[in-house]
Amino acid sequence: MQYLLLIYSNEADGQTMTDAERGAFMDDYRTFTQRIVASGEFKAGDALHPVATATSVRVRDGQTLLTDGPFAETREQLGGYYLVDAENLDRAVEIASQIPSAKHGTIEVRPIMVWDTQA
Amino acid sequence: MLALLARTTGGDLLLAEDVLQQAIIAALEQWPDRGMPDAPVGWLVRTGRNKAIDHIRRRATWDRKAARLLAEEAAVAPPPELSDAAIPDERLRLICTCCHPALALDAQVGLTLRTVCGLTTDEIARVFLLDPRALAQRLVRAQRKIRDAGIPYEVPGPDALPARLQAVLHVVYLVFTEGYAATAGDALVRGDLCDEALRLGELLVAQVPDQGEVHGLLALMLLQDARRDTRTDAHGRPVLLADQDRSRWDRRRIALGMAALGAALRRGPPGPTTLQAAIAAEHARAPTAEATDWAGIVQLYALLLQAAPSPVVRLNHAAAVAEAQGAAAGLLLLDGLDEDPHLARGHLLPAARAELLRRLGRGEEAADAYRQALDRVGNGPERAWLTARLVEVEGE
Repeated sequence: MQYLLLIYSNEADGQTMTDAERGAFMDDYRTFTQRIVASGEFKAGDALHPVATATSVRVRDGQTLLTDGPFAETREQLGGYYLVDAENLDRAVEIASQIPSAKHGTIEVRPIMVWDTQA
Repeated sequence: MLALLARTTGGDLLLAEDVLQQAIIAALEQWPDRGMPDAPVGWLVRTGRNKAIDHIRRRATWDRKAARLLAEEAAVAPPPELSDAAIPDERLRLICTCCHPALALDAQVGLTLRTVCGLTTDEIARVFLLDPRALAQRLVRAQRKIRDAGIPYEVPGPDALPARLQAVLHVVYLVFTEGYAATAGDALVRGDLCDEALRLGELLVAQVPDQGEVHGLLALMLLQDARRDTRTDAHGRPVLLADQDRSRWDRRRIALGMAALGAALRRGPPGPTTLQAAIAAEHARAPTAEATDWAGIVQLYALLLQAAPSPVVRLNHAAAVAEAQGAAAGLLLLDGLDEDPHLARGHLLPAARAELLRRLGRGEEAADAYRQALDRVGNGPERAWLTARLVEVEGE
């Protein structure tokens, strides 16, 4: 099954890191990514620019409305994701727990929906 | 039967329930004419399994998973003339799925009671004082999550098993305490819950005999259940452990509990459940309340505080210290618990403090503490008991 692992963490935490801490953190991410690429479970993954760069889009009564920033104020922001192919939820949770940000943020594990093509 | 069918459906409990129902309908149609088969359970499982396989075949999404399940199913499918006795026990697999930590705790409890114990949704709703429709919706939602989120229908491997068993034990103990605590609801169904929990405990012991905590849980439940009938008086009011009629404790249950505790202790250093069972055993062992080995109980609570610290354990530790070393020593420990937000809202802490103050002859302070406890207590019998105690200290 495919799972999207959504990485939520407090952006402010990243800004207070020293260069050495940031370097070690990025090394952890590189190691983690290489491991799931090697196991064949990695499908995709990216980091996102901070929420300050986000634009929210809504269409109401045919009008496209744009808002600066994310829809809601939250303590933790979506900062990146991995798309993995894991045997089951237990394995997906195991992978999620190895994402370096899991130590201070939250990883949301969402199964990817399989569409019924004949419906 | 549901457990066996859930194996065929790869843990899809909705489909398993559906095909079991279809099999029962088929039985009602066919058995009156053709007679009951020699192995009725085997017949139902086989019929249900065939219906499940038909369904999976028909399913439009012929995905990898279905193909794999059918391949596995073909490998494990029993011979057609399966006798009922030879049906493998799939209940451990089922209970591990129902108690998966990715499900909400109340859904874990509800699913376990319905799919493993066979209680109806209405019965479960009555016990937990829930709206049956709301509960049914919650359970369907949980079953959908099992299917759609890929919660595995399997017993976790040896590395993950102890941690997952803790979740299972927690659910089983919750079922037991819900039946044991005379809070509210249908008394008859509540007694049944204790029995269901004991049955689940025995099932776990049979399935994973190498895990000490599994024996510990069975011991804990047996030792507590031995006192079930003496915990309330004829009017349903709670009777304190010290005042219970020990001659009415169920000796057979105590003996079984002691044996289970022994089995738990032989399997390595005791976990939190086994320590609680050991404490219950100290009470069961004492011929009179006065003969209780409180110093031993204090030691067990100290170990429990290391293994699984919680506000309630600290409260019980303080109560044991009060028995072993005097009310003043216990009171000192209670003072450290004021900051706990959970205890600050409940009645247990002021009730315990009131009792110790009363013993120290500090009647006015005791009365204040009883009043505080009364402000926070919910159900009838405990309220009546606290009120009686308040009247007592006010009269002194």
